[in-house]
Amino acid sequence: MFNYTDVLETINMVEREHLDIRTVTMGISLLPCIRSDAKATADAVYETVTKRAENIVKVAAELSKEYGIPIVNKRVSVTPVSLITAAFPEKSALVGRALDRAANTLGIDFLGGYSALVHKGMADYERRFLETIPEVLATTEKLCSSVNVGSSKSGINMDAVRLMGEIVKKTAEITADRDGFGCAKLVVFCNAVEDNPFMAGAFHGVGEKDAVINVGVSGPGVVQHALEAIPDADLAEVAEMIKRTAFKITRAGQLIANEAAKRLNASFGIVDLSLAPTPARGDSVAQILEEMGLESVGTHGTTACLAMLNDAVKKGGVMASSRVGGLSGAFIPVSEDIGMIEAAERGDINIDKLEAMTAVCSVGLDMIAIPGDTSAATISAIIADEAAIGMINNKTTAVRVIPAPGKKVGDSVNFGGLLGRAPIMPVHDKSSIKFISRGGLIPAPIHSNKN
Amino acid sequence: MRAVVTVVGKDKTGIIAKVSTFLAERDVNILDISQTIMQDYFAMIMMVDLANASEKLADLAEDCRKMGEKIGMSIHIQHEDIFNAMHSV
Repeated sequence: MFNYTDVLETINMVEREHLDIRTVTMGISLLPCIRSDAKATADAVYETVTKRAENIVKVAAELSKEYGIPIVNKRVSVTPVSLITAAFPEKSALVGRALDRAANTLGIDFLGGYSALVHKGMADYERRFLETIPEVLATTEKLCSSVNVGSSKSGINMDAVRLMGEIVKKTAEITADRDGFGCAKLVVFCNAVEDNPFMAGAFHGVGEKDAVINVGVSGPGVVQHALEAIPDADLAEVAEMIKRTAFKITRAGQLIANEAAKRLNASFGIVDLSLAPTPARGDSVAQILEEMGLESVGTHGTTACLAMLNDAVKKGGVMASSRVGGLSGAFIPVSEDIGMIEAAERGDINIDKLEAMTAVCSVGLDMIAIPGDTSAATISAIIADEAAIGMINNKTTAVRVIPAPGKKVGDSVNFGGLLGRAPIMPVHDKSSIKFISRGGLIPAPIHSNKN
Repeated sequence: MRAVVTVVGKDKTGIIAKVSTFLAERDVNILDISQTIMQDYFAMIMMVDLANASEKLADLAEDCRKMGEKIGMSIHIQHEDIFNAMHSV
């Protein structure tokens, strides 16, 4: 029989501290769907996805009730679409829309994989695929897109970086009626991972099985609450407490992942040990950092606190899961975290500090709204900076910025739901255009030569 | 399959009677009960067996929630594995 403390702790975590399984994501290979023309391929893609993930919503609802833990999102990730449409890249939108229709048929929240991997070089079919992204994101609802422009092993493809600055800008412009919402579904990576369950960057790598279940757990509120109980502890004790809490959260994720894989007749992939915030109060990574002793996230000490948090989450989570993967760490999206939103509104956090934070946490500059008149070259330069941090530190970094059309510093955008709201954050006004225009490849760092 | 029922809320008379009747009506067998009062709050944990239960666990969970609302308590039923997973190595 269990003791009161343990049982009631679990109940409290769910009821008061927002413990949830953020996402059950099914990765599906689209490689068997390649046909000789775009229409037939799109039909095969729709068939495959709707059949393979047919029960994902039903099974997630059952699991959620049986184990008493909410499962917030049901998602699907697919093989990077640029590989499926290589023979007819300018018609990739047909496949993109088929995927979006499949997502609607299934009733899932997001579908990721309108993606391309161009970290070393960009083939002509990939360039033409990338050019379809803005229009596809503007005409679909649930489809997410990601592009990998660099890696520690290959360097940074600056031609792709330059193009992605333009694509982000264009995506914002053609979704101007929704404050550039298309950009919330588009992420530019360095060192993208093949088993990430989180959006907008999820895709199903070609090294994966045909259908796998990847689960992302959440629970910043649980960690914050645990730290509230030890206000005077030193940092070693704080780290221990985070580890213990991360262990419990991750074990819940592992259990759900195993059961979901079994019931959906797929393989268990990975558990992503992440602290993913939502805009709800008490479900914030920023508030954990503040609980550690910062007056506001963004002030001096933030990077150190985040580094410790990120590391302790990994240490606690690794033992709790049989297979860890994805992004695994603390997420710091601005619009999706109430502590970040408020700090940005007060002017206590800026893009430079966020960039420093991305060197020690699991992702990058995420869900940051910037002025609508930010140039494509500046966006490319932001991407290049992030990619450099990822490349040199052997970690995943990403950029998901929204240059909100017509908005300037002092305004804000509101995307609603999990995507939240964000004040427009200033960017530097000096030009990077000459650097970005050079193009070419930033060579891989010396420490990538490990063979 | 075994599950854990938790009942938490302000103490009043007849809670155990109501909850155990509710479970008996659904052929849920109670294996173990532990109950206490913590600062005026009633807290009960039951280990139950669902081998002969007339409803699936997901439906029982929904019924428990409604029952809880009716008697002004918070009632959950959850698969025991969630507690095993989170609180034992």
